[in-house]
Amino acid sequence: MASSVLLRKNSPIPHSMRKGVNIIMLVGSGLCTLIVIIPLIWILGFVFVKGAPSISLDFFTRLPTPAGIAGGGLLNALVGSGITVGIGLLIAAPIGTLAALFMVVNPRSRVALLLRFSADVISGVPSIVMGIFAYTLIVLPQKHFSAFSGGVVLSFIMIPTIIRTVEEMLNLVPLTYREGSLALGASEWRTYLTVVMPAAIDGIITGVMLAIARAAGEAAPMLFTAFGNPFMSTALNQPIATLPQTIYVYAISPYSDCQVKAWGTALVLIILVLTLNIAARVLSGVRARRLGISRN
Amino acid sequence: MEKPFTQENLLFNNLKIRFRSLWRHGDPIFFGLIFLAALLVIALVISIGYELWANSTLSRQAFGIGFLTTSVWDPNLSKQFGALPYILGTLVTSIVAIILAVPIGLGAAVFLSELAPGWLRAPLGLLVELLAAVPSVVYGIWGLFAFIPQVVKPVGEWMSHTFGFIPFFKGPVYGPSRLAAAFILTIMILPTITAISRDVLRAIPNAQREASFALGSTQWEMISRSLIPNGLSGIMGAIILGLGRALGETMAVTMVIGNNLDLSASLLHPGYTMASIIANEFTEATYDLYLHALIEIGLILFAMTLMINLIARLLIWRVQNRLHT
Repeated sequence: MASSVLLRKNSPIPHSMRKGVNIIMLVGSGLCTLIVIIPLIWILGFVFVKGAPSISLDFFTRLPTPAGIAGGGLLNALVGSGITVGIGLLIAAPIGTLAALFMVVNPRSRVALLLRFSADVISGVPSIVMGIFAYTLIVLPQKHFSAFSGGVVLSFIMIPTIIRTVEEMLNLVPLTYREGSLALGASEWRTYLTVVMPAAIDGIITGVMLAIARAAGEAAPMLFTAFGNPFMSTALNQPIATLPQTIYVYAISPYSDCQVKAWGTALVLIILVLTLNIAARVLSGVRARRLGISRN
Repeated sequence: MEKPFTQENLLFNNLKIRFRSLWRHGDPIFFGLIFLAALLVIALVISIGYELWANSTLSRQAFGIGFLTTSVWDPNLSKQFGALPYILGTLVTSIVAIILAVPIGLGAAVFLSELAPGWLRAPLGLLVELLAAVPSVVYGIWGLFAFIPQVVKPVGEWMSHTFGFIPFFKGPVYGPSRLAAAFILTIMILPTITAISRDVLRAIPNAQREASFALGSTQWEMISRSLIPNGLSGIMGAIILGLGRALGETMAVTMVIGNNLDLSASLLHPGYTMASIIANEFTEATYDLYLHALIEIGLILFAMTLMINLIARLLIWRVQNRLHT
């Protein structure tokens, strides 16, 4: 071909070298992908192998034994994680959903721009700084650590995730739904509450699931809000144990039985978090396909 | 049948009409409610900054700007506090992590967006996203018991053996070290950089690729001379967001960095970061000045992440706006 002959003649780099570089770089990018993926497989494999032996029915139904004594369970941490995430959800789900509705109703307003930026900033604030914030807001005035303060931190961590996913999902609802409802004489609030929201309900659930998955894995802010508690507690104004914080305490303990418990707890947590994530993605994939949007 | 015209009936009718009008004209309430939620979220950002500022007063008054430039941290005797070693520790580990993560993440993004066959893209994308979902404390425990003994220590020994004359790689080699923290951070920010860069590359119109091929370039030349310069500001945004994640990362770093106030420059020695000193000492702060010093470190961290997010969002928005218009 004339053009390629011309190009080869004028090119300062020989054709074979360009081809070689091409192959090396393309193979290199494949290797990069491997480097990204390998830690995930290694972590999952390692946690599973180390953690599987401690999983039994007792592990879920018993309270922890003191350090140095094998056996026991993590019932208190399971309950504690449930309570703190529950409080977080009770605060974050309504605020997050309403804020997302605001962005959908007034997409171009200045407040919406500021809101989007605020949500981005909040999701970028390190969780430990969120912990300090909740500490100064709740723990300092009350003068004691509490499950409630832990839940409040988790709500701050959940809000940006919920806003982002719910907004995205609401925006996927075709505009014609809204127009149809308004044309039938429904008021705006009925349109959003009884037409747009139900059409996006699985999207909202997706957002909530992702938010739970993120919050359930947070250990850093719990160190000085929920604080941890080796005993069973369901009181909102008392310190409470959570799964990630339990892993941390066990992992840095010098006792070998504690490390075994840490692996077991890590396995429970990672299964919980990954299941929520995969379920959320499957759900949003199904929904996108139903609406005829390819998102791959 | 007409109802008697009594006071009660008047009141009842009045309420009924009120309620109906509420039903029909609930819009102001609805708009008010969502506006309130929006304001609450915006107020959250402002109050984080305010609370951190207000609760670090003692430390700011006692040490002033010197807090950022001194490296004495003595809560027990002299009650002097300086954050320099922690700031440096955070910067060094994060910057090393970025230097390692950018080429790898970009390479993976190129593979996922340009080279991977269609059936492989979705599962690989899912794996990358799951990597971002693994809780930080799980990275920490894996780093402590698997990654440090099997990767960090051998690499560290090789480094100190080969480059020991450079102060950065001076031995002796410890397991938990700044290097371990930097490696863990690399792994943790890779999914962020990979996923965003992939989306940026994928958003570039095909005409760019076709034009480049038509000029006779190889696939790599098309990627490196056409796609990457085109998506540069988006990719920069991804890198800066990754940096933001690295700066604030707490649990994994606290577990692998060794938590030692070591003032040497060596990457192979244990160190401390801003997040890990807060995680370690916050509940031990027995008097107000100590607590305020730790909160001031939190304030610095907040300011850093705020700036970084601002820059990253501006870059990413610029790309989006250019693509939309």
